[in-house]
Amino acid sequence: MLAQSIADVVGRTPMVRLPNLSPAGYEIYLKLEGHNPTGSIKDRVAAYLIADAERKGVLREGSRVLEPTSGNTGIALAAICAPKGYKLTCVMPENTSEERTQLLELYGVDIVRSPAGEGSNGAVRVAREMAADDPDLYMPFQYGNPANPAAHYETTGPEILTDLPDVTAFVAGLGTGGTVTGVGKRLKAHDSAIKVYAAEPEYGDLVYGLRNLDEGYVPEVLDQSVLDGRIKVDSLKALKAMRALASEEGIFAGVSTGASLAVAIRVCDRLPEGSKVAAISPDGGWKYLSTGAYAGGNVDEIADSIKDTLWA
Amino acid sequence: MAVTVRIPTVLRKHTDGEKAVQGEGATLKELLADLSSRYAGLTDAVTSDDGQLAKFVNVYLNDEDVRFLDGADTALKDGDEIAILPAVAGGSR
Repeated sequence: MLAQSIADVVGRTPMVRLPNLSPAGYEIYLKLEGHNPTGSIKDRVAAYLIADAERKGVLREGSRVLEPTSGNTGIALAAICAPKGYKLTCVMPENTSEERTQLLELYGVDIVRSPAGEGSNGAVRVAREMAADDPDLYMPFQYGNPANPAAHYETTGPEILTDLPDVTAFVAGLGTGGTVTGVGKRLKAHDSAIKVYAAEPEYGDLVYGLRNLDEGYVPEVLDQSVLDGRIKVDSLKALKAMRALASEEGIFAGVSTGASLAVAIRVCDRLPEGSKVAAISPDGGWKYLSTGAYAGGNVDEIADSIKDTLWA
Repeated sequence: MAVTVRIPTVLRKHTDGEKAVQGEGATLKELLADLSSRYAGLTDAVTSDDGQLAKFVNVYLNDEDVRFLDGADTALKDGDEIAILPAVAGGSR
């Protein structure tokens, strides 16, 4: 596999069957997005966001890109921007893991911190304020940019259909909504009977505690009409599934993968026997080792101790 | 016909600080009506003017968002768990 730049090796990730964790009579497959160049599904989104900006003519060498992200999108944008000479500022909640901060610093990214308790919403708020104050900043804004779901409609979705033309159902985590929306629309265009389920992380009280119910935020790119179900997964269930993936299937993945796997297993009993379920593994576990999610010990205690920072 | 309802921090002012309360009803709508007799502020915060669920509130039946079940008409059974959570964007993005 010879490539002329890092942007040319985004996508075409492996789809791996889970022979030991699939319920009897069903086949669950995981699409391992950790195999992308910076180790997450966000490489696809970053490549599309920057290509979209270049088409619009808003970027030139020396331009500065600004994006709210808790890590993966920032790292992916950094890799795409670096060889093109674009500078990058990322707004991240102050409780994101040390690995992510170090990776961004390595790429020369400027980091602005938003309050931990505000979660991703806080990063969005701060980034929007900065962009409004400085017309020289270009904010692709993955939460509201159609290029985000387009990346999945045009790359992730077709790859799934190539590997599993008879896929019955699809599961992905819910963050910006780009993956479920883009892949979901592509799969339903192929066969409207394909079911699409979102695995929604259930945060700790810290994140929910500061929410005002009148000022919630639903990302613009999320098209809920494509969903057949939205199922929340708490830290404990996600950790258990993530650990089972390592011990039963030999796959080392991030905690979001555990959430998607838990939902994939759950929805099997509402699907016809023989169904093939494709679930997304957005990244590997490397960037989360310092959170303690992978440490030995009692998984209930670990889940409880990190539930406020796990999904940040 | 008892259903457990988990209350988010922002709404515990309506439940005397309780993290979870019990209610009854064959549907979510009936459950909310039952709760309104004891926790009026709670039901008001979760319901919009047209009787549906408020926009930035997600209600889950045994972890499933009821908007993808039958909304306010979702059937409940003994031992079910309802969770009310504010809508939050994010995850590892």
